[in-house]
Amino acid sequence: MQWRNIIYQYDGSFDGLLCCVFESYTQKERPTAITCDEDACLFEIRSVVTVPEHAARISRSLRKLSPDVLPLLRRVFLTHLPDKELAIYRFIVKLYREGAPYLTRLSDDAYQPLLRAARQLATEVEHLRGFLRFSVYDGVLGAEIEPKNRVLPLLRSHFCERCRNESFFIYDRTHHEALLYSGGRSHIVPLDDFRLAPPDEEEAAYRKLWKRFYDTIAIRERENPRGRMTKMPKRYWSTMTEFQPENDVGCGDGQIVHDKHGFKNAASPAASPARGAPGARSAPAIRPESAPPAPA
Amino acid sequence: MELLDKLTILSDAAKYDAACTSSGARRGFKEGMIGCTSSSIVGCCHTFSADGRCVTLLKVLMSNDCSYDCTYCVNRRSNDTPRATFTPRELCELTIGFYRRNYIEGLFLSSAVLGSPDRTTEQMVVTLRLLREEYRFNGYIHAKAIPGTSPELVTALGLLADRLSVNIELPSEASLRKLAPNKTKAAILAPMGQIRDQEAESKAELVKYRSAPRFAPAGQATQLIVGATGESDRHILHLTESLYGRYRLRRVFYSAYVPVVENTLLPALDTKPPLLREHRLYQADWLLRFYGFRAGELLDEDQPDFDPRLDPKCCWALRHPEFFPVEVNRADYETLLRVPGMGVVSARRILVARRTGPLHADDLKKLGVVMKRAQYFLTCSGQLATPLRLSYAGVLASLLAVERAALPVGVQGEQLSLFE
Repeated sequence: MQWRNIIYQYDGSFDGLLCCVFESYTQKERPTAITCDEDACLFEIRSVVTVPEHAARISRSLRKLSPDVLPLLRRVFLTHLPDKELAIYRFIVKLYREGAPYLTRLSDDAYQPLLRAARQLATEVEHLRGFLRFSVYDGVLGAEIEPKNRVLPLLRSHFCERCRNESFFIYDRTHHEALLYSGGRSHIVPLDDFRLAPPDEEEAAYRKLWKRFYDTIAIRERENPRGRMTKMPKRYWSTMTEFQPENDVGCGDGQIVHDKHGFKNAASPAASPARGAPGARSAPAIRPESAPPAPA
Repeated sequence: MELLDKLTILSDAAKYDAACTSSGARRGFKEGMIGCTSSSIVGCCHTFSADGRCVTLLKVLMSNDCSYDCTYCVNRRSNDTPRATFTPRELCELTIGFYRRNYIEGLFLSSAVLGSPDRTTEQMVVTLRLLREEYRFNGYIHAKAIPGTSPELVTALGLLADRLSVNIELPSEASLRKLAPNKTKAAILAPMGQIRDQEAESKAELVKYRSAPRFAPAGQATQLIVGATGESDRHILHLTESLYGRYRLRRVFYSAYVPVVENTLLPALDTKPPLLREHRLYQADWLLRFYGFRAGELLDEDQPDFDPRLDPKCCWALRHPEFFPVEVNRADYETLLRVPGMGVVSARRILVARRTGPLHADDLKKLGVVMKRAQYFLTCSGQLATPLRLSYAGVLASLLAVERAALPVGVQGEQLSLFE
C-alpha cells in the first residue's frame, strides 16, 4: 500500500469505522487520520459512506480470526483513547498481515494500548456500578454520572437487571446522553442539557441517613485518605451523595424533618412501588442484555 | 429514639467488623423480587470510608445491648455507652431504601448478645425473613452466627443469608479465656463445622434438584483480632491455613486491634493499631489462597513474625536464592507466581504472550509485571533483567528502598538524607 496524506471522515459509528477499513483496502491507501469532525484542513478529506455490507464483510473476516476481536474493538471504540479510530485501524491492518497468532502478542505496540484502554474502561464501569447514586423522584430512579469513557452501553445490562421492576434513567454529563429504562425496555438517547430536580422530603431523609452511616462507619484511628483516594478517585465524588455538603443533602433542619417524618410513614410510600411492582408488570418483552453494546 | 440516632449508634458499634464483601454469590434476578446480587464475581464496592475500607453492605448491629462482658469490646455489658435496638421493620425499610438508591449491595447483620445467643438469633431470623419474604429482597445478606446458638437456628439463618460468619475473635483459646470469658473455642467451632457440612449438603442437593433450598451459597467467613494478645504471625497464619483447609472458609479477615478500653490485660489506650502487621497478614493470606504457598514456607520457628519492611513474598524469595533466577520464557505458572512483583494476572499474560516468541525485559513491564521488585529474580532468554549482579545485601537494600516510601515513619529503617 502506498502512503497518501488522506483523511477519512466517517459518521461516528462503529460500522462507519469498519467501512473506513474497507475503503482503505479497496482504494489501496492508508489514512493519516480518521475523524468524524468536519473541520477543514490542509490534507485531502474523503467522507466514507457507511455501507452495512462493507462493515459486515470486515466483521466477518475479523470473527474468522478470533471470536474475541470484535467485542474488544467495540469496547475500545467506547473509550477515550486519543485517536482511537486510527489505533483501531492500525491494529486491524497488523492483524490482517500477521494473522491470528498476532493476538497473543500482548505487548505489541499496536495492541497493548488497546488492551490498556479496554481495561481502563472496564475499571470505570466496575467503579460506576458501585459509585453511581440514584435519587427517587415519584417512584422513578434518576442518576447523573461524569465518566471519562462512554460507559452507558456497558452499565446497561447491570442496572437493567438490578432495577428490573423499577423505571430509571442515568444521565451521562460528559457525553450528553442518557440511558432510559422502563417496563423492561431500555434506550440510550442523546440528551443535551439536563439537571436533576432537587430532592423531596423523603429523598432528603434517606440522603441524610446514608451520609450519617458513611461518616460513622469509618474508624478514626485508621484514617487513610490516600488509601481512599486510590480506590475511589476524586473525580467520582462530585456525583456521590456522601460527598455533597450537608445543606445540599437536602433537609435544612434534620431534627424537624425527622420529627414530622416519623420513619414508618416516610418509608412505606418509598417501598410500595417496588413491592407492588412484581404483580403489576408482565415479563419484559426484550431482555436488556441482548441489546447491542454500542448504540449507534 | 429517632432512626437517625439508632443508625448512628448501631453502625458505630458494628464498624470494627472487618468483613464487608458481597463476593462469592451469584444470584440472578427473580420475578417479583427486588434486586439481585452483583453480577461480577468479585462483588461490588459502593464507596470507601475515610479509613480506606470498602463499604458494600449496610453494616449494622441489630442491637448493641450486650449481656456478655468481653474485655476488648466496646459493647461489653460494663461499658457506659448509649444502647439501641432496631425493630425488624426499621431495618427492612432502611435496607430497601438504601438498596434502591444503589448505596449498598445488601445487608450485613450482626448483633450483640441480647439475653442469650438463641434469643438474639431468633430476632435476626425474624428480621431476615421479613426482609426476604414481605419486602421481597433478593440482594446480598451476610449474617453473623453467634457462638452458642442452637443448630436449628443456625440452619434457619443459613437458608436466609448468602454468607454466614462466626467470629473467632482471638487467635488462641488461652486469649479467649482471658479476654472473652463467655466464649469458648468449642462454642465457636461448633457452628463453623455445622455451616461447612450443611453448605456441602445443600450443594449436593442442588445438583439433584434445581429448586433445592440454598444454604449460605457464598459460604462462610471469620474474623480475628490482631494485636490485642501476644500470638505470633506464625500462629495466626497456621490457624488461617487450617481454617481454609478444615472448615472450607472462603475468607479469613484480620482486624488490627483498636484500643477502645482501658484494661491491664490489653494494650494501652494510646497504642496505635498494628495496621502494617494486618497488611502483611493479608498479603500472606493471598499467598496462601492464590499463589500456592504454605504457611510453613512463609514463617518458621526462627522467624515467627513478618518483617514489617518487606512483603512476605519478597522475604521468602530472599531466603531461597536457590530458586532464582527464574527464566520467564520457560518457567511454569506455579514457578512464575513465586517471583516477587509477579501476580496472577501478569503470570497468565506471560503464558499467553510467550507462545509467539521470546519475551524481553521491556515486554514484561507492558504485561504488568512490577519490575522494581521482579528484576532481581528473573532472566529473559537467559539474560538477567538487571545487568548488575547484586549480592543478597544489595538486593535487600534495593527492595527496601522500593518499599520505603509507602511505609509509615518508624519502620522505615535507616535512611540517608541529603541535608545532613
